[in-house]
Amino acid sequence: MGQVISMAIVMLIFWLTLSGNYTTFLITAGVISSVLIALLAYRMNVADREGHPIHLGLSALTYWPWLTWQIIFSALNVTRIIVSPSLPISPTLTRVKMSQKSDVGRVTFANSITLTPGTISVDIEGDEILVHAITSDNATDLEAGGMDKRCAQFEGGS
Amino acid sequence: MDTALHILSWVLLAGGGFFCVVGAIGIIRMPDAFTRLHAASVIDTLGVGMIITGLMVESGLTLTTARLGIILLLVFFTSPVAGHAIARSMRHRNVEPVLSEDRTSGGK
Amino acid sequence: MFMAAAIALLVSLGLVLIRVLKGPTIFDRVIAGNSIGTLSVLLLAVMGYVFGRPEFIDLAITYALLNVIGTIAVLKFFRYGDLGAGEDEAGS
Repeated sequence: MGQVISMAIVMLIFWLTLSGNYTTFLITAGVISSVLIALLAYRMNVADREGHPIHLGLSALTYWPWLTWQIIFSALNVTRIIVSPSLPISPTLTRVKMSQKSDVGRVTFANSITLTPGTISVDIEGDEILVHAITSDNATDLEAGGMDKRCAQFEGGS
Repeated sequence: MDTALHILSWVLLAGGGFFCVVGAIGIIRMPDAFTRLHAASVIDTLGVGMIITGLMVESGLTLTTARLGIILLLVFFTSPVAGHAIARSMRHRNVEPVLSEDRTSGGK
Repeated sequence: MFMAAAIALLVSLGLVLIRVLKGPTIFDRVIAGNSIGTLSVLLLAVMGYVFGRPEFIDLAITYALLNVIGTIAVLKFFRYGDLGAGEDEAGS
């Protein structure tokens, strides 16, 4: 039930941000529609730990800044590759082991790999992700498992 | 203080524009579709991040900043989904990536 | 200075358009089309500041929502060759 209430509140905030006109009628309409949609999501069984993972809120505060740092670092790396005249790429296909248990953790790990420039998650086979990396150094970094460890920590909620 | 914020916003906008152009050049220069995907993700991350943050710095604490924040979150959550969808459908249509090293023993 | 950012975005849109026209496979075109969507979102947001009309940002939000759905719809169409057909029927 906590998820339904928090979902309604998040959607009300979204409504108020987009609207910008705060008359009684519009706010009432916003409250009614966000509550209705939250109840509908509850009936569809999507308002659970997977569809609206509020229990990950605290660990996102430490994970996202770290991910932002990784993104900036590797985007600068890819930029250097693109602007250098000889185009020093060495595309590598590799498999990376993932130690996350839940689907949310796995999606977070795969999306983090894709969001970081230089590595793309192509496919999932069992508990391994097929990764295409633009240089073999990128592939080696990912195989070392730093991001995997961080994601497992994130999923654990600490 | 105001001038400092203007300069910060200018730097962020200029940097974002630079990374967008670099990503576009990368999309043209890269040899095959998988590596072009890497170049496109430079636009999706640093290009979007820096330009939207620059606009946020410029508008201060207003509703516009909140809307820009929504755009930032939307792009950061959806762009890896699109990138993964493209990569996965390339694999299923048997598009062979140009590789210099294949560490997947047993191929596909 | 917003004008400078807008010009940079227009230049990158032009460069990406070359890849759309040249792209040897359909996937190159889809990648370039996805980047055009992202760049258009940015251009709409910057244009709002150039003209002093923040309403453009609402358009940018709508476009950001539609962009990913459009990309995935096109990919699904070309993976199955037809909406609703099996995988083995897919042509090139």
